[in-house]
Amino acid sequence: MRMKDGSVSGAGAGGASAFAAALRATFPVLLGYTTLGLAFGLVLVDSGLPWWLSPLMAAFVYAGAAQFMGVGLLASGAGVGEIALMTALLNARHLVYGLSMLERFAGSGPLKSYLVFGLTDETYGILSTEEPPAGVEPLRFRALVTALDQAYWFAGCTAGALAGSALPLEAEGLDFALTALFVVLLVEQVLAKRPKSVFLTGAVASGLALVFVAPRNFLLAAMGIGMAILLGARVSSSRRGGGGDS
Amino acid sequence: MTRVLSAVAAVAAVTFLTRATPFVLFARRRPPVLVSWLQARLPPLVMCVLVADALKGVRFGAPGDWVPTLAGAAAAAGLHLLRRNALLSIVGATALHMGLRALFGA
Repeated sequence: MRMKDGSVSGAGAGGASAFAAALRATFPVLLGYTTLGLAFGLVLVDSGLPWWLSPLMAAFVYAGAAQFMGVGLLASGAGVGEIALMTALLNARHLVYGLSMLERFAGSGPLKSYLVFGLTDETYGILSTEEPPAGVEPLRFRALVTALDQAYWFAGCTAGALAGSALPLEAEGLDFALTALFVVLLVEQVLAKRPKSVFLTGAVASGLALVFVAPRNFLLAAMGIGMAILLGARVSSSRRGGGGDS
Repeated sequence: MTRVLSAVAAVAAVTFLTRATPFVLFARRRPPVLVSWLQARLPPLVMCVLVADALKGVRFGAPGDWVPTLAGAAAAAGLHLLRRNALLSIVGATALHMGLRALFGA
């Protein structure tokens, strides 16, 4: 529990302390988002895209992994449909993410849409653990946390893209940040104790797609093979164990 | 440029929809069994495939072709298992990868 000075009552003081509390809560994200955003901007410009796409994506997409993957797919010449499908699959890890936020966001009105839009991993981390300080309106605190986090990300993405297009920076190898990000997300899945058979399925599906499918179609083929294996195993195990019941 | 802008719009729309899904669909009832089943399996499967996709271009010729990438990936995994700090893992592994590339003149 974080105690304020004890004499917070005026509306003006409440506003100032909400901002101060949000600033304090988001401080660790400031470091992370500006650094990763900077890397994103540099990678985007390095892959031949115009610099202004970086702030545009920071404003309207606001998702690290999806932005990095989108730029990589655009650079490799993928179509819009494939990019949309891969984004949906990548974001599937958030599918029931908001469940624990349901009551915290309840009744937030029009601001609720923005809170949902801005629910990144890091913002989720803050909002699910940090309670608004006493005397601070909870909705105001949550909106400020979300907006500050996005401001950090926007600043990083913009600065990186501007630096990349202004200076002849050698971003050689910086796009490895995306590979590292995926490895980190995979380790997170391992630590989350997912069924081990899924990791084996992923490896087998990737191997099969690598051998039998053109590199262009690797992602969709590997995902399709993996899903087919998992669904097949689910159907056959429910047949064996379910005794004909639906 | 039309393709690029449509792709950005698609990524934005899909990302917002995935973030909104639990609030819209599961506000009043628990998610169905199939969703929980997918939730436990889709993310690890996708991450396996994405890591494989990122590494599939590696060729085992000169050391400069594969050492920076594989050492970088191993560093990302190792750092993350040790400290579980995403920024540290990503920045550290990328710095190692770039350093090794410069070293091998790739």
